[in-house]
This record gives sequence, C-alpha cells and structure tokens, in this order.
Amino acid sequence: MIVDRIDEIISKYKNEEGVLIQLLLDIQREFSWIPKKAIKRISDTLKIPVSQIYRVASFYTALNLTKRGRHLIRVCVGTACYVRGGPRILDSIERILGVKDGETTSDEKFTLETVNCLGCCALGPVIEVDGQYHGKLSSANVEKIISGYS
Amino acid sequence: MNKLKSPSDLEKLRKDILTKRDPKRLAISVCVSTGCQALGAQKVLEAFKEEIRKHGLKGEVDIKETGCLGFCEKGPRVVIYPEEVFYFQVKPTDVPEIVSKTLINNEIVERLLYTDPTTGETTRHLSEIPFYKYQNRLLLGNNNKIDPKEIKDYIALGGYAALAKVLFQMTPEQVLEEIRKSKLRGRGGGGFPTHRKWESTRNAPGEPKYVIVNCDEGDPGAFMNRALMEGNPHSILEGLIIGAYAIGSHEGFNYVRQEYPLAVENMEIAIKQAENIGLLGKDILGSGFDFEVKLHRGAGAFVSGESSALMTAIEGNVGEPRPKYVHTSEKGIWGKPSTLNNVETWANIPLIINNGAEWFASIGTAGSTGTKIFALAGKVNNTGLVEVPMGLTLRDIIYKVGGGIRNRKKFKGVQTGGPSGGVIPEQYLDSPVDFDELKKLGSMMGSGGMIVMDEDTCMVELARYFVNFLCDESCGKCVPCREGLKQARKILNGIVAGKGEEEDIKTLGEIAEVTSVSSLCALGTTSANPLLTTLRYFKDEYEAHIYEKRCPALMCKELISYYINPEKCQACMICFRNCPVDAVIGEKREIHVIDQSKCIKCGSCYDLCPPKFEAVTIMSGEPVPPPIPKEERLVKRVRKENPD
Repeated sequence: MIVDRIDEIISKYKNEEGVLIQLLLDIQREFSWIPKKAIKRISDTLKIPVSQIYRVASFYTALNLTKRGRHLIRVCVGTACYVRGGPRILDSIERILGVKDGETTSDEKFTLETVNCLGCCALGPVIEVDGQYHGKLSSANVEKIISGYS
Repeated sequence: MNKLKSPSDLEKLRKDILTKRDPKRLAISVCVSTGCQALGAQKVLEAFKEEIRKHGLKGEVDIKETGCLGFCEKGPRVVIYPEEVFYFQVKPTDVPEIVSKTLINNEIVERLLYTDPTTGETTRHLSEIPFYKYQNRLLLGNNNKIDPKEIKDYIALGGYAALAKVLFQMTPEQVLEEIRKSKLRGRGGGGFPTHRKWESTRNAPGEPKYVIVNCDEGDPGAFMNRALMEGNPHSILEGLIIGAYAIGSHEGFNYVRQEYPLAVENMEIAIKQAENIGLLGKDILGSGFDFEVKLHRGAGAFVSGESSALMTAIEGNVGEPRPKYVHTSEKGIWGKPSTLNNVETWANIPLIINNGAEWFASIGTAGSTGTKIFALAGKVNNTGLVEVPMGLTLRDIIYKVGGGIRNRKKFKGVQTGGPSGGVIPEQYLDSPVDFDELKKLGSMMGSGGMIVMDEDTCMVELARYFVNFLCDESCGKCVPCREGLKQARKILNGIVAGKGEEEDIKTLGEIAEVTSVSSLCALGTTSANPLLTTLRYFKDEYEAHIYEKRCPALMCKELISYYINPEKCQACMICFRNCPVDAVIGEKREIHVIDQSKCIKCGSCYDLCPPKFEAVTIMSGEPVPPPIPKEERLVKRVRKENPD
C-alpha cells in the first residue's frame, strides 16, 4: 500500500531535472515524515544515490527522518515572538508535554517543533497546531490549547 | 476564457470586466491572509456567507476573500462596499449586526470602527487612520481590492498593461534603460542596483538564461513577501515577465518557502490563470515572446535565501552557497546566467513601467528610490506591514505609524535587517531609513524586518538569540562562520548564565571581526552585525552581566529571581494554584512565599498576579530577602473581608 503511494508520487517527477526536494516535500506531506522505504524507492527509480537523498533530507528543516505524532505543534521562535516571550511559551509546552524541541511524546500524540518564523509577527507569541494558528499567547493559556487536542 | 492575442484584446477584456461591474453594488471584503486567519477570519467569512443566505441576499452581495492590508494588530479586517467602511477586530458574533445594519440599512456599527487610542475618535475610512496616514502604499494598496485567486480582479485595475506596453512599444534595451533611470535597488537585503544585475545576465554568454523570484523570506520577523505573494501574486508575475523580456530569458522560477502554504497556493493559481489567457507560455499577447514559470517550494533553510544557495536548491541539491568569484547573474542555475530578485523588487517593475522612471525616482531619497515595506513588530502599538517612502526616519515609523511603544514603556532599540542586521539605539532614532544610512549605523535594510524593543529586552540575550539562530542555520561550508559562531554562542551562553569572564567582551569582538571579513557568503559576513552593534551600543549591559551578575532588563533566567512582596501580597491563591512546580508556599489568608530552590522561573506567578496587587517582582543582582517567619504571614487585607 505505502509503496504504491510512494511510487505514485515518484512517477509525477520522472524525466525531470532537479526534483529531489519537491519530491521529498510531497512524501513528507503525505506521510508527515520520510520513511526509509521511500528513500530506497526514490534511489532505485530515479537513480539518485541514497547518500545524496539523506544529505538533502537531513539538511532541510521541513523534512523529517523520524516518525511524528498525531498532532504537530510548531512554536514560533522568530525575533518578534521572541521579544514578546516566545521562549517562555516553548518552556511551558516542553514542561507540559515532557518532550524537548524536535521530539515526540511517548504516546505518539504530539510532536513538538520550533520554527524560525510563521510570519504572523503581529500576533506574537504564536504557535501553530496542525495548521491552525494560536496567537497572543501567555504561558498561562497554552495548557488549555494543548488539552483541546486528543 | 479565450487566449488574449494582442494588447487590444487585453484592453477589451478589462473594459468588459469593468462594464459588468456595478460600482454601487454591495460587497464585503474579508482579509483571509495568514495573520487574520490566525485571529479567526475564516469563521468571520463563514458567518457572512451564512447570514447573507439567511437574509436571502445571495446573488446581491459579493463576498471577496482578499489579502493583507498590513494592520495585523487589528485583524480580522472587513471592508463593506460601496461605502468603503472599514471594520476591525470583527468576531463572528458581530456579523449579523453588520449585515442587518451596514449592509441592509446603510448604518455604521460604531464599535467596530477604528478608534484613535489618544483622542477616542472613530474613523470610517482607511486614509484617516494614523497607521495609514504616513504610508505610501504603492505595492500593498491594492491588496484589499483583489481576490488573489482571480486574475480578472488584477486586470480590472489595469494589470498586465505594463507588460503589453513593454512587449509592443519598448525594446529590451529601453526597458533596461527605464529600470536604470528609476534607480531601483534590490529589496532582498543588499540593495544592489537591479538594472546592473539584469544587464549582466543579458550580456553573459550562455543559453538559456533564467529569472527567479526569491520568496524564501527566511528572516525571522519579516513577512512582507508573504503578504505580496498571498495578496497580489500577479503583480510579481507581471514584473517577472517584463524582466525576462528585458534580459532575454524564456524560463523562470518562483521559489516560495513551504512554510507559507497560502502563498504557494495563490501563486500556483496565478500561474495557471495567466497561462490560460495567454499571459504566460508561448507567444504572449501575440508578441512572439515566450516565457514559462515553474514554482519551486523551499524546504526551510535560512541560508537558502542567499542567491547561489537558492539556485543550488532549485537544482534539487542541498542549498549551500558557493564562492562568487563569478556572479550568479553570469553563472547561476546549471551554470547558466540567472537573475534572482526579491518578490518586492519584481512587484515594483510594473509600477515603474506604467508611471515612468522619473516618477519612481522622485519618491524616496537620492540613493534609495521608491517605497519599502517594513514588517513592524515587537513592542510597538501598531504591529503589521508598513509601506513608506525611503528616507522616513525611524522615529516617524515607530511613533507616527507604529503608534509608539506598548504599555508606555521606554524605547531601547530597534533591530533592522533580521539576523544579518543590527540593533539601533535611541540616539539614532532620527536617522532616515534607506540602504546607505542603515549601513552607516552598523545595521542594514535586509528584507525590511523591524523589531522594536523596550526596556524589558536584554541586549546580551538578544545577541545570544541571533548568534544561536545563525549557528543553527550556518550551512557549515566555511570555517569562520561555522566555528566562529559556535565559539561566540558558547561565550554568550556563559554570560547570560552568570558565568561571564572579564576577557569575554574582547574575545567576542575579535570573533565578530574575523567572521565579518572572511566568511564565504553574505550571510556569514553579516552574521557578526547583531554582535557588533550590541557590543558597540549596549556595552554597559554586557558589563552588568559579567561584573555584577545582573541582567538590567530582568530577562536572563539564571540571573533573576521572582519574589513576592509580603507588604503587597493579598493571599489570593492565584499564583499558588498556577505554579507548575509547587514552588509557591501559602494558604488562604496567609502571605505567599516562593521557595527559591524549587522555582524554575517560568514567570507564571508574575504574569498572573492581579495588576491591582502587583505583589510579584523580579530581582537581579541582589540577594532575595529571606521569607518572613510563618507566624507573621497572616494577611492584612487591603479591602474589606467578606462576611463568610
């Protein structure tokens, strides 16, 4: 099943140059990480060395080589959020979930990530959960937001 | 829709669109850009659709989903036409009232208008709001009139007329000359003259030639490119096609970071629509000129915004810069001549063609012409996007447009240019903002991020933040950037943790100097700016951290303590209940005390202590007074006790 879907995505990019990043982004979007199987398939089909795929996949922040939780929490640590107390929001979430930046909770419910800027600087500090933005946060109200996800 | 085969086809289409539109027709425009979305714009939009259906007005009222008008502080933003009434901070529950009052009975809902915080007066129209009064919104001004997913809206406003003019009335040389005379400089950071880049690619040997839009916008704290790409994608495309014609390119790339999903989506749609009506592809408008564009999503790396790195990323590789003995304008993507410009640079091109180079050069200063969009953020009252003529002073931008510092705090500094820029202190507030003046102060324009800081921001911690950011984002290819930043980070981590040593300031200065002269790419050479400017303008803060183990801004966790003033504590139990580590000792009617050994300095108690008590204080550089004895902790209430 997974392999079929991977092949389907790869087939969109056959016979084109410079597609690796776009292809990996599509895989990431589909599975929310880059499974080992996908790397092997890409390498076999498009004749790109596995080492090169790993190099690209480990360089970019948008690509993940480990499986992620059901919900993705992205905490903005851009400058504007930073001066308005973003680091304290991150501290609070790390404490609530018991995981650090880049980690997934043991029940695979949440993955916590930091992001350099979400571009909602006016609303800082901001977090994004599964694509939904929550702005003007304080360490007191993040707990409520997180408990709203199951 | 049929393909347009000539400029007169385009003009005819424009007239058709306009005659079909009734200027007196009722319409609602809701900003659905990321900022307003975060504040709930989607729910407001749905509420409008529902309410209009309920009143049986479907078909009589247009609902437009538009881009960002910049005043993100006051979102979600709604405009009601034809009266053009602007409502701010609209909630879904306000919608029934807006529909029944404003839409049906032409009455104003006063409480949703903009209210001047100093005079208390309300304003109906945009031009009267101080935030907009001092702006000159050449690029952002159309964002509330355009549905970015609808090419007709752009054409209705005269869109693609500049392209038609260029293709049929101007030679590529004339276009280059026009751009030269306009003195347009690149908006992405360096301020390199645009026409020189174009000429260099045009004259470089090798085919094909490429043109590229840089919407990587990795600078944390800047979002003007996103607003343009989300709100008016065709203005960027039009500029790009004109550039391609002048340069002699037939293939272009649009590089958009994937953290901006809406920008990716709107640009994809814009490209398709332009192709469908013959504004992209083969034989554009029947001129014989061919040009096609591909969209490339960036996978998130700060260094990929650098031109040579971005081009390697387009090739599908790791986006690392390369030495630029030969400019990318001569040898770029796949070794072919490539011109890369920022989103904002491209969006300026149609304006210059339509209005003339003299007009453009008359705006701004002699060396920096036109307007610049800044992302004003941080501790300022009116945060958002601000488009002003070059040369306006920092003071005007922060105080007149930005409405001054939040909560009546004292201004400390403004950080311009993102991680490559520097912090500018109060004594330079009257400096005009343009490419050259900012450089003189040790900062730079960058892409236009402008983060305002007040007395509560620690400058050492800020420098540490930027160095830490750059350290993480350094691609590691050259030693000065990779190792220099790492060492600087180590020293700064020590200083903010109270372990600073006497020679640290000198060592930091030396590291900064070496990285700034010997790094491979511009991101490396400018990476020392945050360090150099804070060392230059805020040395006293470094000294306080190192010699007195004190953080003057009360920000550095390791150097501060939270303390409950027993004179002010009313034993309300709020901090007691909310302390995540049970470090607050107390009971009802018993003054609360913080157990310093347990305290993790999360600041919850400080945030939650009711403002009327202000009992929790932050201390630094002095010992925390010992807790008062248990028998003296019975609270003396300020107000009367409840009889229970």
